[in-house]
Amino acid sequence: MSRLIDVENLTLQFDTDEGRITAVDNVSFSLEAGEVMGLVGESGSGKSVTAKSLMKLNPRNAVYGPDTKITLHLDDGPIDVMSLQNDTEMKIVRGGAISLIFQEPMASFAPAISIGEQMVEQLMIHTNFSKAQAKEVSVEMLDRVGISDPSTRFGQYAFELSGGMRQRAMIAMALSTKPRLLIADEPTTALDVTIQAQVIDLMKDLVSEFGMGIIFITHDLGVIAQTADKVAVMYLGKLVEQGTVRDVIRRPAHPYTRGLLAALPTLDDIDAPLTPIPGDIPSPLERPSGCVYNTRCQEVLGPRCSAEAPRFSQVDTDHAAACHLHDPQGGGA
Amino acid sequence: MSDNPLITAQNLSVHYPLRGGLIGPKPYVGAVENVSIEVAPGSFFGLVGESGSGKTTLGRAMLRAAPISKGDVLFDDGEVAYSLKNLGKKELKDYRSRAQLIFQDPYAALSPRMTVRDIIAEPLEVMGLTKTRAETDERVREIAAKCRLNVEHLRRFPHAFSGGQRQRISIARALVSAPKFIVADESVAALDVSIQADVLNLLKAIQQDMGLTFLFISHDLSVVAHVCDHVAVMYLGRLVETAPTRALFSAPRHPYTQALLSAIPSLDPDDRGKAQKLEGEIPSPTNPPPGCKFQTRCPMAIDRCRVEEPLLETAGPEHNVACHRWKELAM
Repeated sequence: MSRLIDVENLTLQFDTDEGRITAVDNVSFSLEAGEVMGLVGESGSGKSVTAKSLMKLNPRNAVYGPDTKITLHLDDGPIDVMSLQNDTEMKIVRGGAISLIFQEPMASFAPAISIGEQMVEQLMIHTNFSKAQAKEVSVEMLDRVGISDPSTRFGQYAFELSGGMRQRAMIAMALSTKPRLLIADEPTTALDVTIQAQVIDLMKDLVSEFGMGIIFITHDLGVIAQTADKVAVMYLGKLVEQGTVRDVIRRPAHPYTRGLLAALPTLDDIDAPLTPIPGDIPSPLERPSGCVYNTRCQEVLGPRCSAEAPRFSQVDTDHAAACHLHDPQGGGA
Repeated sequence: MSDNPLITAQNLSVHYPLRGGLIGPKPYVGAVENVSIEVAPGSFFGLVGESGSGKTTLGRAMLRAAPISKGDVLFDDGEVAYSLKNLGKKELKDYRSRAQLIFQDPYAALSPRMTVRDIIAEPLEVMGLTKTRAETDERVREIAAKCRLNVEHLRRFPHAFSGGQRQRISIARALVSAPKFIVADESVAALDVSIQADVLNLLKAIQQDMGLTFLFISHDLSVVAHVCDHVAVMYLGRLVETAPTRALFSAPRHPYTQALLSAIPSLDPDDRGKAQKLEGEIPSPTNPPPGCKFQTRCPMAIDRCRVEEPLLETAGPEHNVACHRWKELAM
């Protein structure tokens, strides 16, 4: 496998009327081609903002930290995403090397333009295809994602398709430009379990066929277990745990990850009580000092947790957590 | 559980008219077709199915919030007995205080212009259940405390609260009229797992504390398995299987129930792709297939399934299934 993207010290703040809030705090990770990374966390944890920053898709009031470095390794050499300035330069990344699938496929397609026209439009922007070629490729992609009668569907509008079909069409559109990295933001959350299973299967097939990297954003740990190679867990803009999917799910090292797993109802033992994580995720305007999780943590060690931000420590090969439990000597970040 | 059921749907159908059909019988969509269920007092009754299965419509019909086209819904809490099909204006008003709904989206369900106190007090005022403001306040404070909302919370507006807290406000509003029957429609679907567990535990505690009966509508079978004592599975407006929770999850009889269970993503990363995958999607209720409604997607379908609609048969104690082949498939 070859390195696809390196994210180093990603920090992102927003200027708002209520002050400057930190959405992403010093996040680093990397992804290989053909690898699926699950990005997990509650709403408000900053997982979507993190993923969108990879193509600088943020509102105008976004301020990146000075140390933020995002390097995309393409066939023609590395691209420093932070140095890209205007929309023309960003075109290589947005919809070119990186495609994005959203949660709600109904909101992602323009309602008054046919599915096919939208697919052709983006292909004409990102490739040298003629209109006829673009149409051919689009119909082929629709067929590839399991849409029956693709040439008829090509001429239809989003409202004429069912939820599952829309999400398939969305995937077809995102993949038709042959991106190197696919960001899937809760792509199955709005779907029924049976349809979710179909879409997950489809995405797994496509990874092995196209060899792209996928960042799979979801709050559903079951979906992660079924799709991801490795997992990054976020809480309040911080990366708290990173590791292979087996390590993180079987031997969670951070109390937050443990809490998420314990709160999950499973069918293995339907009599087991559900254990919620106490309290709510704090407002980004009132980020706790020290470890951001200390206000809800069940395993607080003492005053150190609210005083000192934990640094990432290795719990195992390819498995690290930002928690003082794994860094007893200290030294601080 | 042999007590009289609190609420019973008897061969209940909910039809919505379709446009067209100047000649011949008026066309309609059968959102719910010939469904019979009995919900025992004090039970936590789960209703599951994909979107389009009619579970929300059935829940609404049991609240008299959807038209009852055929059959009836009977409510009997020991104090009053109603036939929801033939309910007078005064009775309907009284029924509204006895049966309540908790919505899915705690962000859309609360008026941003009302304080939490006013939101919770509104049903009391609308229904005229309290006589003085002091009495209203007393009731609001009492029910808010049960939902872990303090006096300080009551003065604030909904925007100041997180999703989990908002859902607790919605629950307090549903409970304030001291209902007997609550329909919770996807009430935890919009919440994060960490908060979801908290709200589920709260619902369970309140149910036991106040002796309530719940109809819990959800697409999430793992949640249903944990909180419900009885489950009904719907597909395209029909009941396909109903059983005590333990029986349904340990020995599901209908191929649709089996497919739903196996579609739940396993938490074991080494258990990938073993799931029995269901092809296709739920058909449109405007044009349902003949015979068994599930035959177009059923991996077990035979010729008989394509012509003859299966009836509910007894598959065990309180366990009913509507499938022609359940017996041979169970062997």
